[in-house]
Amino acid sequence: MQPESAMTPGLEVTVLVSVGRHPLTGRARRADQDARGVELARSFADAQVRLLHAGMRDESSEAALRGYLGMGFTELSLLEQPQGADVLPALAEALDATSPHLVITGERAERGEGSGLLPYLLAERLGWPLVSGLAAVESVEDGVATLLQALPRGQRRRLKVRLPAIVTVDDAAPAPRQSAYGPARRGAFEATAGPVSVDDEWAAWHVQPARQRPKRLKIVKAASARDRFKAAAAKAEGGSGQVLTDVTPTQGAEAILTLLREEDVLR
Amino acid sequence: MLDTLLPILIFAALALAAVGAVRRIRLWRQGRPSPVPVLRGLATVPRRYLVDLHHVVARDKVMSNTHVATAGGFVAAMGLAIVVHGLGLAEGVLGWLLLAVSATMFAGSLFVARRRRDPPARLSKGPWMRLPKSLMAFSLGIFVVTLPAVGVLPADAGGWLVALVLAGVVAWGLAELVFGMTWGGPMKHAFAGALHLAFHRRPERFSTKKGSGGNRSTGLKALDLEDDQAPLGVETPSDFTWNQLLGFDACVQCGRCEAVCPAFAAGQPLNPKKLIQDMVVGMAGGSDAHYAGSPYPSPERGDQPVGEHQGSPHGPIVAPASTKDGKALVDAETLWSCTTCRACVEECPMMIEHVDAIVDMRRHLTLEEGATPGKGAEVIDNLIATDNPGGFDPGGRLNWAADLELPLMADVERAEVLLWLGDGVFDMRNQRTLRALVKVLRAAGVDFAVLGNEERDSGDVARRLGDEATFQSLARRNIATLSQYRFDCIVTCDPHSFHVLKNEYGAFYPEGQESGYPVWHHSTFINQLIEAGRLRLAPGQAARVTYHDPCYLGRYNGEYEAPRAVLQALGVELVEMQRSGYRSRCCGGGGGAPVTDIPGKQRIPDMRMGDVRETQAEQVVVGCPQCTAMFEGVVPSAGDEEVAVKDIAEMVAAALDTTPEAAPAPRDASTAQATEEVMS
Ligand code: SF4
Ligand code: SF4
Repeated sequence: MQPESAMTPGLEVTVLVSVGRHPLTGRARRADQDARGVELARSFADAQVRLLHAGMRDESSEAALRGYLGMGFTELSLLEQPQGADVLPALAEALDATSPHLVITGERAERGEGSGLLPYLLAERLGWPLVSGLAAVESVEDGVATLLQALPRGQRRRLKVRLPAIVTVDDAAPAPRQSAYGPARRGAFEATAGPVSVDDEWAAWHVQPARQRPKRLKIVKAASARDRFKAAAAKAEGGSGQVLTDVTPTQGAEAILTLLREEDVLR
Repeated sequence: MLDTLLPILIFAALALAAVGAVRRIRLWRQGRPSPVPVLRGLATVPRRYLVDLHHVVARDKVMSNTHVATAGGFVAAMGLAIVVHGLGLAEGVLGWLLLAVSATMFAGSLFVARRRRDPPARLSKGPWMRLPKSLMAFSLGIFVVTLPAVGVLPADAGGWLVALVLAGVVAWGLAELVFGMTWGGPMKHAFAGALHLAFHRRPERFSTKKGSGGNRSTGLKALDLEDDQAPLGVETPSDFTWNQLLGFDACVQCGRCEAVCPAFAAGQPLNPKKLIQDMVVGMAGGSDAHYAGSPYPSPERGDQPVGEHQGSPHGPIVAPASTKDGKALVDAETLWSCTTCRACVEECPMMIEHVDAIVDMRRHLTLEEGATPGKGAEVIDNLIATDNPGGFDPGGRLNWAADLELPLMADVERAEVLLWLGDGVFDMRNQRTLRALVKVLRAAGVDFAVLGNEERDSGDVARRLGDEATFQSLARRNIATLSQYRFDCIVTCDPHSFHVLKNEYGAFYPEGQESGYPVWHHSTFINQLIEAGRLRLAPGQAARVTYHDPCYLGRYNGEYEAPRAVLQALGVELVEMQRSGYRSRCCGGGGGAPVTDIPGKQRIPDMRMGDVRETQAEQVVVGCPQCTAMFEGVVPSAGDEEVAVKDIAEMVAAALDTTPEAAPAPRDASTAQATEEVMS
């Protein structure tokens, strides 16, 4: 649990939750990152936390969504959407209407497109700032939130953001609490119909299980245990990267393209 | 003067006792309903007391004789005293009888006093220390006041002063023994205990006139999940059923449970006796400050001081997580320290069901609070997502046996034996046991098949961790799988699966269906094979071994004989540990204890390994994957010999007589080769 921090009483927080997918068995479950987002929201003292899901309602998704209710909620708002719909307009409209101070969501969904773009599109649409990879919310005072953003290898960056804002969490956020069966099954779904926009493009896509990509082997030439330890603890892939500053978007794009070709991602 | 005083005293005591009884019964009735046959239940009391309860008490011969003399003497003396002194009917033999029984009772109370002189740590002190004096006061007082009644002494002997003193002594005895019984004194155990025997929640535990009656009822009771609005498990003392509360009230604070509890010995914050007393405190409302026995151990403070905890019938037993550092009646760690080994239940002369109570409270913590400690939540999530506690790919259950070509039930559809592999399939150590077992079954020409990837965790851990929902889901799906196939019996090398399949699945078969097949632990099955001459064993393993009874095989299912018979057939030298058979000490692996991992002063498996070392055996033979894992995790201290841990199947596999004329013809070449590799 997070230390309780200075919070404006009555802070309104909406957590966007999705139906997850277990990596081994593919069973529907609460999505791990979204659950971390809920955990983060639960750590605010005196906040009004609302759970919001846009998507299809069926038996398995309902069971998965109840996983969030089991973290201590009595209801979950559900924007019913047909399968394959683009949930962006519905979410944007719902958030516009309820205008929470803070929207928390996982970095990317565990099923569907899973591109991780939704928070950005949403922020763009609402005209709100977005902070990714959140580790903690330190305080909210006078409409400004002090946030702790997680950077690689345990580094943290403190940011101040004017609310309303969207924040996303990844594995650096605190682990979600256990979902309790009793509250989960007693919790209620408050369903509303939102605007539906069918994603024709997505419907035409062909989805298949991903093949495991070959991994670059890390070859360590170490004579002693100390060297091996240093190699294991060293920064991943240091050295070969390049930092581009003050380049035009075209130059940047070209650099990315070149790298993708080098890595055989694009042929 | 005594003639007028005594009837007043006796009837006043009886009236007060009646008032107390009503109040006590009200306390119990705060619990949830649990229908019982009232008259039939009451009628069973003498038999349940004389046969079943005495069977437990008689393990301590002196105490059992003491109790017979004191309790028998008291019941008879009180009955006769009502007639002789209350109603004034001293004629003939009655008075003499009363003299005899009060003398017997006095003799018994001398033994009680002797035991109280230097009481062992497990006994409670406090009010219990005055009990022998009260017993003497009663028996002696009644004896002396009866002397005039039979004419040995003149009616007015000693004058009014002596009469007054005598009346005072009798009043003291009556106070302790008659209305103290229903007003919460030490004698409460007699009143509550008799009714507890009558209305016990597990009547199957008791023998019947017709014969043994099984005498074993160890499967947990199912939690009703139908009503989706009902709160689950036990949150407050009043959430227990009324006869559970009655059971707690019957505790005599003898501390036998404390003496055998592995968690208590390991310095984890659990003492089954204190736990039961805490439930009594909660039921009546108040603090535990008056508790006069050994407290809960505390790894940091040595002992948990009493007086810090309090409860009420409708208040929470465990303080909810939101109340920071809050204390209620019991700390959650106390409940999570239990390994569900049932040693306490086995020893309890009052037939109290500690494990049921602990699991009931755990159910609340897991299902309502989401507060399973340690790795518990992770294990439960894994069970939900992958049907095994380790979160392994359920499609890889047979990877360990890729070379064994085990027949799948899905292909053969019927077999003599369904071999239940358990989650040990994912554990490299247990895979060796499984290979050995397969080798033995093949050597005996047993027609067996496995479920393969269709098998799921039995639900044992989920259930002991309080997650009844996940348990029931696993049970129902396993049952659906099992009902697709035909087989004569199930054999498994995991006593936990064994117990659950045998004793706990019955409640979850769809209406109109029942399990209808026997389940055997592999030690029992191998013993059957040996007895039927289906296994040829090459005798002469010159090993000195000791055998550890797994709780879920021994105390839960009463199988102590078969593993020993198998060891005898192997010709090894078996030395018993001091605590073996029904008194076997837990390895620490049950009830999800390794998962919740509550700290103590030492570890339970280390203590058990100490028991093993005392026997100077070279090997410890086990019959459970959990026990194997716990014992192999023990690091021998400097100077100690490493003791080999062997599953009984491995012992048998190593002793198979594989000379060509002895071995039954292997069914095909691949089998023979496969079994070769198990040898190493
Ligand atoms: S079941 Fe075992 S660990 Fe649990 S309280 Fe009883 S004796 Fe102790
Ligand atoms: S619970 Fe049973 S064994 Fe333990 S102290 Fe009470 S009566 Fe004795």
